[in-house]
Amino acid sequence: MDPILLYKIILCVVVFAVSLGIAAYMTWGERKLAAILQDRVGPNRAGPFGLLQPIADGIKMFMKEEMIPGASNRFLFILAPCFFMLTACMTGVVIPWGGGITIDGVTYPMQITDINIGLLYLLGVVSIGVYGIMIGGWASNNKYSLMGALRASSQMISYEVAMGLALIALVMMTGTLSLGEIARQQDEGLAYVVYQPLGFLIFIICAFAETNRAPFDLPESESELVGGYHTEYSSMKLGFFLFAEYINMFISSAVMATLYFGGYNFPFQHELGLEGNTLSIIQTVVLFAKILIFIFIFMWVRWTLPRFRYDQLMNLGWKVLLPLALANIFFTGIGMYLFGKLG
Amino acid sequence: MLTEYAFWFLSFVAIFSALAMIFSKNPVYSVLSLILTFFAIAGHYFLLNAQFLAAVHIIVYAGAIMVLFLYVIMMLNLNRLEEDKKSTWMKFLSVAAGGLLLFVLLAVVKRTDEITITAQAANSDCGLVENLGKVLYNDYLLPFELASILFLGAMVGAVYLSKKELA
Amino acid sequence: MALTNRAQKVQTASLSWSEKLYLPAILKGMVITFTHLFKRTPTIKYPEQKREIAPVYRGQHVLKRDEAGAERCTACGLCAVACPAEAITMESAERKKGEEGLYREEKYAKIYEINMLRCIFCGLCEEACPKEAIFLTDRIVPTTFNRGEFIYGKDKLVESKDEPVDVTKRQTPEVLDFKKDKKHYHNRTFLDKITRKKAAH
Repeated sequence: MDPILLYKIILCVVVFAVSLGIAAYMTWGERKLAAILQDRVGPNRAGPFGLLQPIADGIKMFMKEEMIPGASNRFLFILAPCFFMLTACMTGVVIPWGGGITIDGVTYPMQITDINIGLLYLLGVVSIGVYGIMIGGWASNNKYSLMGALRASSQMISYEVAMGLALIALVMMTGTLSLGEIARQQDEGLAYVVYQPLGFLIFIICAFAETNRAPFDLPESESELVGGYHTEYSSMKLGFFLFAEYINMFISSAVMATLYFGGYNFPFQHELGLEGNTLSIIQTVVLFAKILIFIFIFMWVRWTLPRFRYDQLMNLGWKVLLPLALANIFFTGIGMYLFGKLG
Repeated sequence: MLTEYAFWFLSFVAIFSALAMIFSKNPVYSVLSLILTFFAIAGHYFLLNAQFLAAVHIIVYAGAIMVLFLYVIMMLNLNRLEEDKKSTWMKFLSVAAGGLLLFVLLAVVKRTDEITITAQAANSDCGLVENLGKVLYNDYLLPFELASILFLGAMVGAVYLSKKELA
Repeated sequence: MALTNRAQKVQTASLSWSEKLYLPAILKGMVITFTHLFKRTPTIKYPEQKREIAPVYRGQHVLKRDEAGAERCTACGLCAVACPAEAITMESAERKKGEEGLYREEKYAKIYEINMLRCIFCGLCEEACPKEAIFLTDRIVPTTFNRGEFIYGKDKLVESKDEPVDVTKRQTPEVLDFKKDKKHYHNRTFLDKITRKKAAH
């Protein structure tokens, strides 16, 4: 077999398994962190520090009774969570997880595919991810579900605009849409958050909205919509929805780390005198540390801020973030004209 | 070889889902079939090495416009019982419009030979972002900028419309 | 006139420009939650770690046996009368020949039930008991899924012969003194009452 193909297949499986594993342990981390922030203990019964809790949760999800509402659209009802999960898992493909790994003198990049439209691919997959929620909410034939689905779709579309515009300012500086190339550029220069602080702020706010996380978790706001778009879901289908949300969170953390915080690069990495695979492994560890910090911020914000009202959400997206993103593009352009292009 | 199989598969999906879109009674199924059609066409763009076009096609059409379609259809709560009768006048008009479209398509099909030749003869990198950008900003700068100003104006107008009346 | 000094004036002024940014306020909130990362949790992990309870804690009741192992309760019903929550019911029976080892008095409780859902653990039954038969202990009444299971019969209340329940912790010197004090009506035995009456005449 072609060694590159074999390597890609192995990398695919590893990335898939790692994102699933991290998403599973994010559920544990979320509950634990929520507990600590609220001066509680959190899950501590299943295994030491409750570390087996995700497994117990998974078993519970599988064992639960499967309920499909009689008046629902059965085919779409089942399709929706699968689709949502699929799109969540598809995004990890273009993220550079580390430098190259050298086996038998051949260097393989730790990125499944470095397509030259990586950023657009991400935006595309994120934008079709909303169908899972919409179809699920509609197929449930439930008013709350439909309300949740409508909220999700309008929210995700609105914030995609500001997110895309924030990214355009970044792309103007990098001159490329490939995530691998953007990560490499930050090895030579500073992390892009230094040049794009406003862009990063807009991006992180939009990431909160895109992943339906608090304070923008209106599609599933339990205080008014029961469970939002997944009100009628039970068993592992519900599990898919919840799980996909955590995968989305993991991937968006990885994207933020890659685009704005230097990806797998860390300061003074070439001064350490490390070479080849050792350096690559440390780089991967550093990337995961950055991702974990972002995941922590996601959770930290969730347990600090109350939920937005719906009109506030739309106002923020269209009247604040969008003009800010446009202004950011404008000032980036001026900056590039004055100081020349980077990279 | 693989490309050819992919082409046949995508063509089959595109045509089949387009037909499904027209013939399905449920408007939501129609929209979903249309989305599938868009995906198949994006796949065709990929086969032509026009990655940028494919991605933008998915982001804009499948990701944004069809979401709004679906949004509206869900809000309208259409179902078969409420479908109103169309007058003969309307039927005649729609047949005429469909016939015109068929005429245009037939005219295009007649010229397929030329089109396939140009598609193959063209530079296979013509769909990449760099080349597309160069073409847009060198040859078509004015139309491109005008279009972008139009969009910006539309966006500003939308934001302005949603602003509360200033008393 | 203000009754307390806690009343606050309602703020109606619109937000200033810096307040409208919201970010400083958000960061302030985030810092507050962050400090809670390092605060000690007040939780007590119950089954492994138990909250320290007072030596005179009033928990699940026990019906004591005497030194020979006979039940002390004579089903006089004073506890049921004393009970403010009306949690205690009982049915008495006469002791048969040959049952002297089982019951101390000639009359005994055939059925003795305490409804733990009604009981408020005030300890008045214990105070009322003239035979020192019922005591509250430091055991906590366990939870169950059924209301019926909260009605404790003699099977759960009477202490076993092999493992007597220690109630000496509840018998502090003050309690013992109190019990000896004949000033209180309910501490007087029948004999006391007769002698007192005679003395009064």
